[in-house]
Amino acid sequence: MTEIAGKKSALTFQELLFRLQRFWADRGCVLQQPYDVEVGAGTMSPDTFLRVLGPKPVRIAYAQPSRRPADGRYGENPNRLYRHTQLQVILKPPPADIQEMYLESLVALGIDLREHDIKFEEDNWEWPVGGAWGVGWQVMLDGLEITQFTYFQQCGGMDLDPICGEITYGLERIAAFLQDVDSIYDIVWAVEPDTGRVVTYGEMRLAEEQQFSAYSFDYADVKKLWEHLNLYEAECLALLEKAKGLDKMDELTLKRFPVLGAYELALKCSHVFNLLDARGAISVTERVGVMARIRALVVGVAKVYAEQQRLVEAMTEVVAG
Amino acid sequence: MADFLFEIGLEEVPARMIAGAQAELAERVVKMLERERLVAAGAKSKSFATPRRLAVWVEGVAERQEDVAEELLGPSVKVAYKDGAATPAAFAFAKKAGVAVEDLEKVSTPKGEYIAATAVKVGRVASEVIAAEMPKELAGIYWAKNMYWRLGRPERFVRPVQWMVALLGSNVVPVSFGGHEAGAVTYGHRVLFGEQGITLAGAGAYESALQKAFVVADVEVRRQKIRKALDAVTRTVAGARWREDEELVETVTQLTEWPSVILGGFEKEYLVLPEEVLVTVMRDHQKYFAVEDVGGKLAPHFLAVLNTEADDAGLAVIRHGNERVLRARFNDARFFWEFDQRVPLTERVALLEHVTFQKDLGSYAKKADRVAELVRLLAMKAADGGVSLNVNAAVEAARLSKTDLTTDMVKEFTELQGIVGGLYARAQGYPAAVSDAIYDQYKPVSMEDSVSRTVEGAVLAMADKADTIAGMFGLGMEPTGSKDPFALRRAANGIVKILAESGVALPLSLREIATSAASGDQKLAEKVRAFFVERLEFYLREAKGQAYDVVKAVLAAGADDVRDAIARAEAVTAARGSSDFEAVSAAFKRMKNILAQAAEKRIAVGSNVDGALLTEASEKALAARSEELAGSVKSLGAEKNYEGALEAVATLRPQVDAFFDAVMVMAPDEKVRANRLALLQRVLGDFSGIADFSEIVVAG
Repeated sequence: MTEIAGKKSALTFQELLFRLQRFWADRGCVLQQPYDVEVGAGTMSPDTFLRVLGPKPVRIAYAQPSRRPADGRYGENPNRLYRHTQLQVILKPPPADIQEMYLESLVALGIDLREHDIKFEEDNWEWPVGGAWGVGWQVMLDGLEITQFTYFQQCGGMDLDPICGEITYGLERIAAFLQDVDSIYDIVWAVEPDTGRVVTYGEMRLAEEQQFSAYSFDYADVKKLWEHLNLYEAECLALLEKAKGLDKMDELTLKRFPVLGAYELALKCSHVFNLLDARGAISVTERVGVMARIRALVVGVAKVYAEQQRLVEAMTEVVAG
Repeated sequence: MADFLFEIGLEEVPARMIAGAQAELAERVVKMLERERLVAAGAKSKSFATPRRLAVWVEGVAERQEDVAEELLGPSVKVAYKDGAATPAAFAFAKKAGVAVEDLEKVSTPKGEYIAATAVKVGRVASEVIAAEMPKELAGIYWAKNMYWRLGRPERFVRPVQWMVALLGSNVVPVSFGGHEAGAVTYGHRVLFGEQGITLAGAGAYESALQKAFVVADVEVRRQKIRKALDAVTRTVAGARWREDEELVETVTQLTEWPSVILGGFEKEYLVLPEEVLVTVMRDHQKYFAVEDVGGKLAPHFLAVLNTEADDAGLAVIRHGNERVLRARFNDARFFWEFDQRVPLTERVALLEHVTFQKDLGSYAKKADRVAELVRLLAMKAADGGVSLNVNAAVEAARLSKTDLTTDMVKEFTELQGIVGGLYARAQGYPAAVSDAIYDQYKPVSMEDSVSRTVEGAVLAMADKADTIAGMFGLGMEPTGSKDPFALRRAANGIVKILAESGVALPLSLREIATSAASGDQKLAEKVRAFFVERLEFYLREAKGQAYDVVKAVLAAGADDVRDAIARAEAVTAARGSSDFEAVSAAFKRMKNILAQAAEKRIAVGSNVDGALLTEASEKALAARSEELAGSVKSLGAEKNYEGALEAVATLRPQVDAFFDAVMVMAPDEKVRANRLALLQRVLGDFSGIADFSEIVVAG
């Protein structure tokens, strides 16, 4: 642990991430890197959204920057960000002691549970656009929501079997809590060991918050955004149309069919929609319609993905048999 | 005899579902044991619940079911015996029943002679029965939301099962559910006691074993512990009191196994934010209790209920953490408050064009226009009716009423809708008549909620609700059965409650409100009015506790004036205790039946009563007395002295009794008959202004 001036010893932002990654790697999770397309939540990364589908077991963890344009505050609000970082852990099927594992991860961060008040309060999760939902809790530590813990039940409109356990840590919140700072921007990100120089969260990210808030609230060209949305949508739909012939493809063509590409296009649409929304360019009437359009893409991709997995699996079995 | 204990251990159950599930589990287990003849009816039982467990204990469970004799019916005698000898059919039946052929009996049934046997059903041992029945009972428990958690999705339950205890005395009952076998091991508080199991010596050891493991299993004990701790901790601040909040006490009781309370503070500077905002943040977002000072004003303190206990150093850490969170939340609120004020409400009216009220009914801008127009109509009517109110203020409030939907504060704290608009209007210098009306526009939100403080607010609230109802009805989206997705029944209940309970009586009828809201569409207006009357009926029964028949009788005599209907219902309820009134009501019912039969048989009814055609003394007496009474009943009714009027009606008893004793209404003479029917019609007509007494159900 690094000593932070005047405060009791607490992890830096990056040490916090290291600890959690190490913890989950030790429990069999593959550490994936952040997904490099804009997403509103860690759940939307294909490492969650697509991997939870089908019977194949998965243990994966990754830190995912999540962009929510409407939450931008030009860097003026000490607790709210346009882009924040989630640590996403997916355990499929969930081990029977997943709750205990989670609590141990807090201990690994230096949180002595006997010194704190911890509660699991009902908070069910839902992403209607992805046809995804689960039941679970927000985990409260001394009154602070530090984690969303969800047992995924459905994804892409399909029932999951096995179901999957999802643990999402809000890294900035936990860091601010551990370091006892009132503003996210004051979080110590890293300390240079030789000089002792402290690098703060603000130093790394404030400019981004200011500029992206300005972009999404003031500069983003509404007409162009709509064009982007239409183009991404059209391309995604074209791929989904071609995917109707999945069951007639030979093995190589089937394996190479770009369902993952289609998913990226759907994610692009989702992000452009969020930008339009932050820009105040979507009326509530339109909202329902546009969300239905994006849902058709996202759920459509999930179904095609599941089908592709099933067909590939069947072919492999035939070969093996 | 032994005591039975069952506990199911779960990952944290949602607080809102615990009380119901606790009661249901206890009821299911007790009923199951009764049904299986393992306990006598009324057996003593006790149930327990915490976020991580539901449990029930039942006293005096029999070791096994008693054997019971059971009569079995076999084949007919004809089939069972041939020439006096038992046939193979008889042997087969005897074998099945477990008796000798010689022990078969003959019984006669409606279908003829049959053979029968008295078989003894051997009772099973209790643990076998319980092991077989418990899984079904557990699977039957209702949960508002269920989940799957096991591979292959074998069962759904509220949360994953973690353990089960099933003990009959000190013996484990092999109940199997959710992938777990019941044992004698339970678990204590996760943090304070740790994860090691606690082996229970017997069913009776449950509560005390858990107490030692930092779990208060008895919900009521936990609730009292919290209340006492809230009191004790608040007393550390001179003159302070915690804001009573039963619902919040219930929630925190269901969120904790070993509760304690801390007092936290916040900077006084946040007190410039409206109390409503501060309390909502504390209550709805943090589950903290607000604290007030001697004068009842919000104090810069809060109370948090913990699910742990700690020494002073530990408590300081926890307090500090909770204060940090609250400060961040208050900062957000302050940010919204200041940010929102940059765009005044008047400018927000235009923004409402982008906020949809309902797909086919257009934006909130349109809704605000319609509501403003409706408010103007209703307010003018009220003013014409002698109510003192500021029509312009009411209309202005209507125009601004929905603008807070465009504010960040409402986007963040949706439960403050309306209230935020009212607070912003006040802060932006609107007169109290405007800001208070906006503030109260959603009142009453439930049958228990109070109505608007001001007439302007009451009119606005009614107009807003009536517009929604008329709009939805116009689209054919009326509630059906238990389905009411737009909460239209609640909205109409609100209108009735306002008319019934507003500080000043509003001279507005349900018909006027329905007609105005339906803006000239007669068919729609009639549908809306009928819906209002249905809700008035509900109000009279549920809120006023009026009997079903009284409500029916009163509404048959008029259902547009809510306060009048209430007054009439109360008078009828008071009057129905008198035997004279009951007798008259019964007689009126008879009159109505006779007239209905006459109408059915197309028998002529005179258009008025001809004194010359009255022949019998008793009909003359009824005609004379009722005519004499009609005037005074009418004037008493006009003075709204309904009890007096009903007392007068009751005095008609001797005449109606004598009439039905002596007179045959359906006289052979056509003219006499028509005249008698005319008399009955006149009597009914004259005395049915307060209520249609023929609807009153008379005892005996």
